[in-house]
Amino acid sequence: MDALRKTFEQELKDLEEQVMAMGITVMEMLKRAMQAYKKEDGKLIEEVIKLDDTVDKYNLEIETHCLQLLATQQPMARDLRFIASTMRIISDIERMGDYTVDVAKFARRLIGLPKLSFTNSIPEMGDLVMQMLKETLEALSTKDLGLIVKMIEDDNRVDAALRDMFDKVLSEIERNPKAAREAIYLLLMARYLERVADHITNVGERVHYSETGEMKELHA
Amino acid sequence: MKKNKIEVKDLDLFYGDFHALKDVKVGIEEKVITSIIGPSGCGKSTLLRVLNRMNDLVEGIKITGSVKIDGQDVYSPNCDLVALRKQVGMVFQRPNPFPLSIYDNVIYGPRVHGEKDRDRLNALAEESLRSVLLFDELKDHLRDSALTLSLEQQQRLCIARLLAVCPEVILLDEPCSALDPYSTLKIEELLQTLKRDYTILIVTHNMQQAARASDFTFYMLLGEMIEYGETKQVFTSPQDPRTEEYITGRFG
Repeated sequence: MDALRKTFEQELKDLEEQVMAMGITVMEMLKRAMQAYKKEDGKLIEEVIKLDDTVDKYNLEIETHCLQLLATQQPMARDLRFIASTMRIISDIERMGDYTVDVAKFARRLIGLPKLSFTNSIPEMGDLVMQMLKETLEALSTKDLGLIVKMIEDDNRVDAALRDMFDKVLSEIERNPKAAREAIYLLLMARYLERVADHITNVGERVHYSETGEMKELHA
Repeated sequence: MKKNKIEVKDLDLFYGDFHALKDVKVGIEEKVITSIIGPSGCGKSTLLRVLNRMNDLVEGIKITGSVKIDGQDVYSPNCDLVALRKQVGMVFQRPNPFPLSIYDNVIYGPRVHGEKDRDRLNALAEESLRSVLLFDELKDHLRDSALTLSLEQQQRLCIARLLAVCPEVILLDEPCSALDPYSTLKIEELLQTLKRDYTILIVTHNMQQAARASDFTFYMLLGEMIEYGETKQVFTSPQDPRTEEYITGRFG
């Protein structure tokens, strides 16, 4: 292999590391958002919002890097699939960051409000979503597509958790209309977490495509 | 699905002891552009030359298997070589116009094949030059020497010279390697118009050219056909890891 292609290989590795770093940042945001919710910690919420700027910065940097590689290396086959997938993946990760900020902002609104009986459902969903993100980032780095299959199963559990939350919120409001505000906040948080999960499945689809060349919806 | 214009089966070719083509099997559809890619010495040009028997005079050559064009075996003893070369024309790496006028270059083939009618020759010259988009540019200079043309125009002229004998298959062996990027694109555009009427095979070292200008791609390595498929598939998701290595520039 000539020197130019070695440099290109290194560039692709660097690109992958950048994407990993971006994904890990969103993971950290999710973790802090959940802690903030549990501990009613306003400082952690501010940290989540601040970390989103880092995610946005990664998004622009990585996109620029991808465009430069497309222009200068004219990649083909696996390399082309990887770069094209990366461009889609970062836009999904960027959206995950935005939704996590929404989750954190609702955690802030809930500070000081009475706790409902199903208040623990949110961190449970948060754990599932973090698990999904971890599996997907691991699949990106290890190319183990079995992890994507597992992630899709977890996504089904997240969808079920959202439906469950909807039922709980509905019956809570019927039973105790005064708790409507807290209940709706919880429902919206669950909805945003479910949206994060959807974007994780998109990333999983791109990792699958990048590795196999097969373009398909993995989402059930 | 279009019918196959060219059918190559179990083709082996030896130059003395050197096994240059190994068990090549491929069907080429009519009126499409097929690019043949692969590292130097892999047998691309040899394969191209087999199709109109340009290798016949190479010393020590031995060919087995079958090469059929429209169902006729080109290596059968009944094959009319003159008719074959008329049916299957070839364009080379460097433009090779004859040191004659532009007009005489274009009608060289029909004249050799016995056409004497002046009106018919004029019509053929105009039609062929129009097909390669040279007529409007050169209609007032048809008596000038072909050697005064730019390289790109010379290459177009060589294609026009082929078209004048009404071929069905056009073989191009790295036809753009002597041309600048703009002229290269113009030749590629020309090929896109020509494929409406002709079956085109192009040997190229330029991966981008194969990717943008051909419908099918054929990857060869050490005389073997490694992969053959639709260009858009070969360049995004090649099936064989050896093709992947080559087109991503990690090998060859």
